[in-house]
Amino acid sequence: MQPDLTEKIMELIRRTSSSLPPDVEKRLREAVEKEEPGSAARGAFETILKNVELARTDSTPICQDTGTPIFYVHYPEGWSTRKLREQIRGALAEATKKSFMRPNAVDAIYDKNSGNNLGGEDFPSIHFEEIDADQPLTIELMLKGGGCENVGRQYSLPDNSLGAGRDLAGVRKVALDAVQKAQGQGCAPGILGIAIGGDRGSSYAKSKEVLLSQMGTRNSDPELAKLEERLTSEANQMGIGPMGFGGKTTVLDTKITGMHRLPASYFVSVSYMCWAYRRRKMTVKGNEVEYN
Amino acid sequence: MREISLPISDETIRSLHVGEPVTLTGTMITGRDAAHKWMIETFIKKTREPKGDDLQVYEELKKILNGSVIYHCGPVVSGLDTKQYKFVAAGPTTSIREEPYQADVMKHFNVKGVIGKGGMGPKTSKGCQETPGVYFHAIGGAASFIAQRVTKVLGVYKMEFGVPEAMWVIEVKDFPVVVTMDAHGASQHTAIDEGSKKVLDDLLAKPY
Repeated sequence: MQPDLTEKIMELIRRTSSSLPPDVEKRLREAVEKEEPGSAARGAFETILKNVELARTDSTPICQDTGTPIFYVHYPEGWSTRKLREQIRGALAEATKKSFMRPNAVDAIYDKNSGNNLGGEDFPSIHFEEIDADQPLTIELMLKGGGCENVGRQYSLPDNSLGAGRDLAGVRKVALDAVQKAQGQGCAPGILGIAIGGDRGSSYAKSKEVLLSQMGTRNSDPELAKLEERLTSEANQMGIGPMGFGGKTTVLDTKITGMHRLPASYFVSVSYMCWAYRRRKMTVKGNEVEYN
Repeated sequence: MREISLPISDETIRSLHVGEPVTLTGTMITGRDAAHKWMIETFIKKTREPKGDDLQVYEELKKILNGSVIYHCGPVVSGLDTKQYKFVAAGPTTSIREEPYQADVMKHFNVKGVIGKGGMGPKTSKGCQETPGVYFHAIGGAASFIAQRVTKVLGVYKMEFGVPEAMWVIEVKDFPVVVTMDAHGASQHTAIDEGSKKVLDDLLAKPY
């Protein structure tokens, strides 16, 4: 029989909301050292790092915008996704009651906040993927705030205004444009998730999924790996800096993935993730639950 | 760092310049998308009839906002069932969404400052010069840190907007911010935007 994981999932939510992953924190600690002492940029990073420590110690949300909860579930063959969905929803409502999450689900037509982070079939967002029966169940959670979600962009190439054609040179141009347009509004320094191809929907979804890998992980295709490095470095030449205060670090990392597309379409979707990049994973092995 | 008490005098407001870090202490109120739309439609443009407790809240708001600041924030609040409210996480939200409304709200209620993140546009900048007022930039995402500077929740209005959108009256002590738009028409956001656009144009001109 499949165990009830509600409490374990609530613990995943608590950890995700209050404890920034170590690889992200490391990048922020490197970034603070690059800014001039006494500058607004350095002050911003210092406050950010104090907040990261405080949130972890007190089990309080790193950011009050606890975002869209996006769950990625890999379940062994034979598990009930209906039960898992119920348990995830139950855990989310409970975590909201305990102030680990802000009630964030607002009915767009009637302007009513549901009060418990549950709204219709699409809130929270849950992706299920079946794996072999002998593999452990994993649940990954990403919390993506509205400020950074709002500065995400999708381009349909060719884009004449930017002189961007249907190739990696064009992708580079639109990605840099997205960073310039975002300024500090997505809570810079950000992490870029870029999907090339797909349709409008699948492309945006993929541009979020690509963010799940560790900071510094490069695409296995050397061309794309090179473009990832180049985009981070060129974005940082723009001087937007943390919060848009001006400074040396505007983007912490870039991740690119390719998809198949229709002959007629060439979409480039850029998801901007804020510095408060909250993602955590739990792995269920028999009765044991491990958190990363 | 300069310490500023709320309410703020016009003289103090005019002495503030872009780039200056300050701390704020006193009583302020949160207000974001739903609150701004409601204030404009119900009391300023009067395109919507007041309903329920609207007029009563309006009288209270006039007193609270006069000379004080409005904070673009949708907090995480504990004690909702007992009404023993406490701010758990309370960083700024993106301010530009209030651009259509902000200057009119500032002028109507004599609001001396706006706290948020990401800065605002030319209409608000003009409002800052006329009121006079300033834009204070808080650190986005530093929600647990800022919540500790909120010493007391004094009350809440318009709870029907939902917890993030309600108007929370709070007492703060040493709330750290940076002036990024001043009463003299200067904006750090315009400067950074223009500078980064030049770099972008250079980068786009480079071969792949």
